[in-house]
Amino acid sequence: MNWSTALPLLILASSFLPGLIIFCLPEDRVVTRTILNLAGALFKIVLVGGMFWGILHGYHFEARLTLLPGLDLVLRSGPLAMLFVTLSSGLWLVTTVYAVGYLEGSPHRSRFFGFFSLCVTATTGVALAGNLITFLLFYELLTLCTYPLIVHRGTEIARQAGRNYLIYTIIGGALLLLSSVWLYTLAGTLEFTDRGFLSGLDASLHPTLMIIFCLLIAGLGVKAALVPLHGWLPQAMVAPAPVSALLHAVAVVKAGAFGIIRVVYDVYGIEFANSLGLTLPLAILAAVTIIYGSLRALFQDELKRRLAFSTVSQVSYIVLGIALASPIATLGGLIHLVHQGVQKITLFMCAGNLAETLGIHKISEMNGVGRRMPWTMAAFTIGAFGMIGAPPLAGFFSKWYLGLGALDAGQGWVIYVLAVSSALNAAYFLPILYTAWFKAPPDSWPAERSFGNKETAWTLLVPPIVTALLTLALGLLAFAPFNLLEWTRLIVSRGFA
Amino acid sequence: MELILGQIPWIVMPIIFPLIGSMACFLFPAKAKSLGLLTSLVVLACVTRLGWQLKALGSLRYPMGGWGAPLGIDLYADGLSLLMLLMAALVGLGISIYSSSYFSRDKARHFWPLWLFLCGALNALFLSADIFNLYVTLELLGLTAVALVALAGGADALIAAMRYLLVSLLGSLFYLLGVALIYHSVGSLDIAILAQRVEPSPAMWTAVGLISTGLLLKTALFPMHFWLPPAHASAPAPVSALMSALVVKASFYILLRMWLEFFQTQGAAFANFLGLLGAAAVLWGGIQALRQTQLKLLIAYSTVSQLGYLFLAFPLGTSIAWKGALYMLFSHAMAKAAMFMAAGNIQFFAGHDRIAELGSITQRLPLTLTAFALAGISLMGLPPSGGFIGKWLLLQASIESGQWWWGIILLLGGFLAAGYVFKVIAHVFTHDEPTSRTVTLPATMEWSALGLALIAVLLGLFTYWPLAMLEMGSPFGTGHSG
Repeated sequence: MNWSTALPLLILASSFLPGLIIFCLPEDRVVTRTILNLAGALFKIVLVGGMFWGILHGYHFEARLTLLPGLDLVLRSGPLAMLFVTLSSGLWLVTTVYAVGYLEGSPHRSRFFGFFSLCVTATTGVALAGNLITFLLFYELLTLCTYPLIVHRGTEIARQAGRNYLIYTIIGGALLLLSSVWLYTLAGTLEFTDRGFLSGLDASLHPTLMIIFCLLIAGLGVKAALVPLHGWLPQAMVAPAPVSALLHAVAVVKAGAFGIIRVVYDVYGIEFANSLGLTLPLAILAAVTIIYGSLRALFQDELKRRLAFSTVSQVSYIVLGIALASPIATLGGLIHLVHQGVQKITLFMCAGNLAETLGIHKISEMNGVGRRMPWTMAAFTIGAFGMIGAPPLAGFFSKWYLGLGALDAGQGWVIYVLAVSSALNAAYFLPILYTAWFKAPPDSWPAERSFGNKETAWTLLVPPIVTALLTLALGLLAFAPFNLLEWTRLIVSRGFA
Repeated sequence: MELILGQIPWIVMPIIFPLIGSMACFLFPAKAKSLGLLTSLVVLACVTRLGWQLKALGSLRYPMGGWGAPLGIDLYADGLSLLMLLMAALVGLGISIYSSSYFSRDKARHFWPLWLFLCGALNALFLSADIFNLYVTLELLGLTAVALVALAGGADALIAAMRYLLVSLLGSLFYLLGVALIYHSVGSLDIAILAQRVEPSPAMWTAVGLISTGLLLKTALFPMHFWLPPAHASAPAPVSALMSALVVKASFYILLRMWLEFFQTQGAAFANFLGLLGAAAVLWGGIQALRQTQLKLLIAYSTVSQLGYLFLAFPLGTSIAWKGALYMLFSHAMAKAAMFMAAGNIQFFAGHDRIAELGSITQRLPLTLTAFALAGISLMGLPPSGGFIGKWLLLQASIESGQWWWGIILLLGGFLAAGYVFKVIAHVFTHDEPTSRTVTLPATMEWSALGLALIAVLLGLFTYWPLAMLEMGSPFGTGHSG
């Protein structure tokens, strides 16, 4: 056991072991539990940082366990893996702080935080997976660990949402299993490889490969909430706000999108997928999802539901960028993986603050809330403008590169999709901002809790402000040294010959 | 030391020790608990040691008392027998630990001698080298199992036990008739000799038909599963566990052994027929499980469904398919035993097993519900679990051989399993006030269930030894696409 094998395992263990211990803790051990949570989250970030350092110094990290003859469980570092693992471990820390504050005094916290930690373990596993079967393992694990979080409140609606989530994701998982086995019987390997491992197969197998591609996208599209497989996501917003943050920004939806990236780049290879004529239909599907999600978001009065439909729309930007088969568009898609996460987590945490502090769940109740909770709404505003794509925020760069990439790929229609979508984004976010800042506040809020002279508890306030600042920073410092763009360029360069 | 250990015929030990233990428990009922636990530990050690031997030798044939066939009794062990022995030893240890707290003093007096005797019969069955000894062990196993089912007392249990007795006898009778026919036409009972001499003939056809019917009846393959749910559900929890995890697998093992050695020459139509019944069992059992309102009946129907998976390997016939089916069998044994024990804990604690009323109980039994959930992962075939590995291999075999329809059944079975597992799990997440019952559940009962469930999950990560075991003595070497 040397560092090369130990580090990926430690990264998983840094949330797995605290999770196991937390399960066993009695409810009232708040301090121990919080320390474990935060220590795990911080330690994970340190480990990920160590891995970055190692990669920059030419080290390679890989842990293997033989599962079946010729088929290993592999955890491996790579530029793409690092992108996702950094995102999820960074946002995990923020979400943990938030969740500690959010769930203060509520029942079953040991259970909640136990599954919360397992969830992040599964996500980092998805990120570091070095082949399709490892990916599948953690992908399914993610399903199992998020279910208890979605039904955490135990109400009938929550259980209904959980049931729906399971129906969608278990069918999706089965499709993924079927296609993985099928690919394995054809190719004899499932190892993620730059530019894919299938292009060498006989041409007579190409129709089969096209079917498998559809199965894979269907299986992954469930979590990535591609239309028409998105039905579970808006329902799942009944879960507590930190869970929504986890679902929408850190783990579940991202795992689906990340899986599609893996399939297109490291299983099929973008050029091979393009030559099979698979990328254009995927791009069209993503475009339809983008428009559809935005349209549906427009008509939701419930804040979290509007945000959920917004996720449906925004996550497909990633897929769109991937499917355009141009290096620049891919760059746009990949940075949006990060941008969407940071922005959406901000929005959900702010929505959670409104619900926890003032009992506000609907947009129609938000009149003048900006005066009561200026910091929360400031963070929300930054997140919303990021989503709309206003410069110089993070979201602008996503759309910018997507647009450039579309032209580069000769798919001019995508520009219209982006334009319409941005207009729709503005149409469903700006009224919220107007209501919050410019309308007169009501005499009393639906269910106000007092936090002295602060607008809300600091554990609830600091995380969204941090991510809002991050949204700003990702935009303003887009070209600073060690930036996200450089790193994604490295990933892209490995995907294209 | 090694010299002495090397001299011991380890192959006999898993049979002898339980029999000695059984008698000792009968004679000294006051010490039955410790004697039972000790026996289970010793059996596990002996099986491990036998495995050590087989690792070097591949397969092993041992004439009991040095007489040799056709006069004496031969024992035979290869990787397949070893896997079954190990399954029985691990589940057996779990059941012994569980039962040490489960039974009242009065019931324990009957339970331990019967249970250890069943253990011995089961191990003898897995080691028999000829089809008549298989009959004897099968009959012993069946009769002991009936007595154990009746142990619960009460009208339900007695009716179920009686029905089970009749089915079991009928099954054995069919089997015996088939054996007689084979002996008449081939002149031998030794499996190895039969494998060389058997040729397709009307007499063989009839014999195969009779033997298969008898064994399928005992394995409770759809549509002959009718006796299983009441028998498994009404028995005391550890008995349900050993019935579902071990006893039904014994008749399956005999069928598999005969199939590998000399049945499969009897044509593909029969294999497809078995596959079809298996598929029907997967779906029917799953649907019935979904409809149950009692936890133990749900688990029993899940057994009907899971047993169906094993028969999907017959039409596939490749060595990958057999490995998949046996991997499934092994992990199902762990998972199902754990699940029945968990159900037993719930019944012990709450005094009932009505699924709709679990909400207030589950919160008081986190370990038990964890065991149930982990076992459920394996039954659903989600990774990481032994059930997943089995499913992967079977799916691979079905795609490789172009018989993708069996793969569809595997996936559908997974959906049904997810349905009935989560039907129970969902009750953990309710608003119900935790009950204020003050029954204390012995820790051994919770931990033994959890231990077995953990094995089922870990089988999904540590696959080397189980798979290596199935290579020993290449039991599937004669398979038609080997």
